Amino acid sequence: MAGPNSLYGPVDPAPDAGYVDAPPRMGFFTDTSVCIGCKACEVACKEWNAIPDDGFNLLGTSYDNTGGLTANSWRHVAFVEQPGGAPDVFAGLPVGPPASPQSAVVAASTGQDTGTEPGVRPAVDALAAAGTTGTQFLGMPLSDLPGRTLDAPRSDFRWLMMSNVCKHCTHAACLDVCPTGSLFRTEFGTVVVQEDICNGCGYCIPACPYGVIDQRKDDGRAWKCTMCYDRIGDGLTPACAKACPTESIQYGELDELRARAAHRVEKLHEQGESSARLYGHDPEDGVGGDGAFFLLLDEPEVYGLPPDPVVTTRDLPAMWKRAGLAALTMAAAAVVSFAGRRG
Amino acid sequence: MRPREEAERPRDESLSPPPAGRPGSGLARDEAPGGPVRDRRDRRGRGRRGADRPMVPPADFRSYYGRPIVKAAVWRHDIPAYLFTGGLAAGSALLAAGGDATGRPALRRAGRFAALGAVAASGYFLINDLGRPMRFLHMLRVAKPTSPMSMGTWVFSAFSAAAGVAAAAEVVPPLAPFGTVGQYGAALTAPALATYTAVLLADTATPSWHAAYPELPFVFAGSALASGAGIGLIAAPADQAGPARRMAALGAALELYGAHRVETTKGLLSEPYQQGKAGRYLRAARTLTALGAAGAVLGRRSRVASALAGVSLLTGSLLTRFGIFEGGQASARDPKYTVVPQRERLAERAAADGGAKTAE
Repeated sequence: MAGPNSLYGPVDPAPDAGYVDAPPRMGFFTDTSVCIGCKACEVACKEWNAIPDDGFNLLGTSYDNTGGLTANSWRHVAFVEQPGGAPDVFAGLPVGPPASPQSAVVAASTGQDTGTEPGVRPAVDALAAAGTTGTQFLGMPLSDLPGRTLDAPRSDFRWLMMSNVCKHCTHAACLDVCPTGSLFRTEFGTVVVQEDICNGCGYCIPACPYGVIDQRKDDGRAWKCTMCYDRIGDGLTPACAKACPTESIQYGELDELRARAAHRVEKLHEQGESSARLYGHDPEDGVGGDGAFFLLLDEPEVYGLPPDPVVTTRDLPAMWKRAGLAALTMAAAAVVSFAGRRG
Repeated sequence: MRPREEAERPRDESLSPPPAGRPGSGLARDEAPGGPVRDRRDRRGRGRRGADRPMVPPADFRSYYGRPIVKAAVWRHDIPAYLFTGGLAAGSALLAAGGDATGRPALRRAGRFAALGAVAASGYFLINDLGRPMRFLHMLRVAKPTSPMSMGTWVFSAFSAAAGVAAAAEVVPPLAPFGTVGQYGAALTAPALATYTAVLLADTATPSWHAAYPELPFVFAGSALASGAGIGLIAAPADQAGPARRMAALGAALELYGAHRVETTKGLLSEPYQQGKAGRYLRAARTLTALGAAGAVLGRRSRVASALAGVSLLTGSLLTRFGIFEGGQASARDPKYTVVPQRERLAERAAADGGAKTAE
């Protein structure tokens, strides 16, 4: 049943796991270049899978208040605020500052009486100040007022948004190390946790090279994305992909998705976005390729992804050999200890 | 493969990350939780002494707001305690078998009782750490060679049964023949029980555990021998403790050498074992194990010195397990230990590819 590449290397996971006549491998292609950070995927996932909320957390570092993939967040939209992005993307496009300061001032004036004028005078009207010439100190350590210069070049600040998810690896460390068989390979080549079997040992959690699977604190079990196993079995699209308004998340047969992704990268390169690259698409990589792969616009670690993940089972045969050697050494040491002269 | 020009392109100033800690910088740089590294060493005055030693270069990397990439194990202190008691049970079982085979009843008795006691404690720690203790039996649904925990469960079960019979025979004399069988059964599975836990830790994406996989089994085997010998030194009269002294010396040597390699030969990934809690535990473990081994060899005439050496070895073994555990956890919590070694690996591969291309 298990082939020579069962622990490491390119392999089709479902037939390798023993499925006869398995359907084609299904997967996600997440094109982050069109992600708008709306979090519809996070919400749809929670709704469909009835995942408890995470509580109200403000992380204080960015607009990302989910923070990462956890037992209660199976999709996570990362928000990377990046000064110094790739200005060439916008070359030749009709883009500039979002709106003129004057129009902003006009739009902000309602003309209605707010009832505060006689008593409290506004200290500084930032919007009005922005529309006038001359310097007015706002108490902020800036050399100039934001938006003062009308013909300012477009800022090179950029947002990178990326909807992260379980990678459904070809060689899934979580599945391999699970001591109860709670994690299993589906006929679609994805990896799913059987929640009634999981006994909460937590071994899968440090085993994942992407840091995806996590323990739910109140019940002790491990949870992660199932790629909506209950939906795809009925020919439906997973909830996140269904809800994505920009088709940033695409679901389908993995081979087709890979072809589509290669085409998309080529197109972006043609358009001058030289930083576009695919992540997790290569069956020759450390995990045998991912069932969920990504188009990124920067290095993986910028998004919180490992740059070169390797499934731990690659080294497992060597580990068992070392352990065997150590065990023999231990037995020999015991024998030597007792073989000496009496005393 | 992704386009290579990305890796080779010199880092443009405007692309380099802003100083860590600036809100919304996005590209946090070396935001190690707990602040810059080596602070503690400097405060303790150790940095000056080691100023000329080759140090791990400061990590230059990018991360997502300094958040960890791999998840640290959710295990609490039950797991390092389990590692210790499992090793202690294994060492004691070897002591019991050797004591019985060479006619040293004190070693046999102490070894059998310690093995059962330790393995029972192991069982408690193991089950206590599970999120859902009532589901422990699910461990016995499968036997998977790819899961060290699954293999360990079976080794643990076999060892427990054998050690239980051996200890029962000490209390109920008619069971003596079964006791002998149980004792040798336990001794046969003992080396596996002591070393599988090293594979258990190494077979994860936790950077410093995985990097240490060649040495960890030897550290754990040595630590198990030393702790078993510690029981022998405490329990046996001087005329029977000879093998325990030799076992203490051999075990301590293995433990110290293995730990030294783990702490020094893994480059950046050795760093978590030298700092913070892990560093304190491992330094204390080194001292106690060395003292214990010396006491075992030199204090052979004194019952008190031997017992003290035994306690020292046991504590050293315990602290070794906690130190290794904490070091791995620290390496998982800081994205630096995930990103930098992987980047180096990619750069090496790119250099090798480039070399191959120019050679053609």
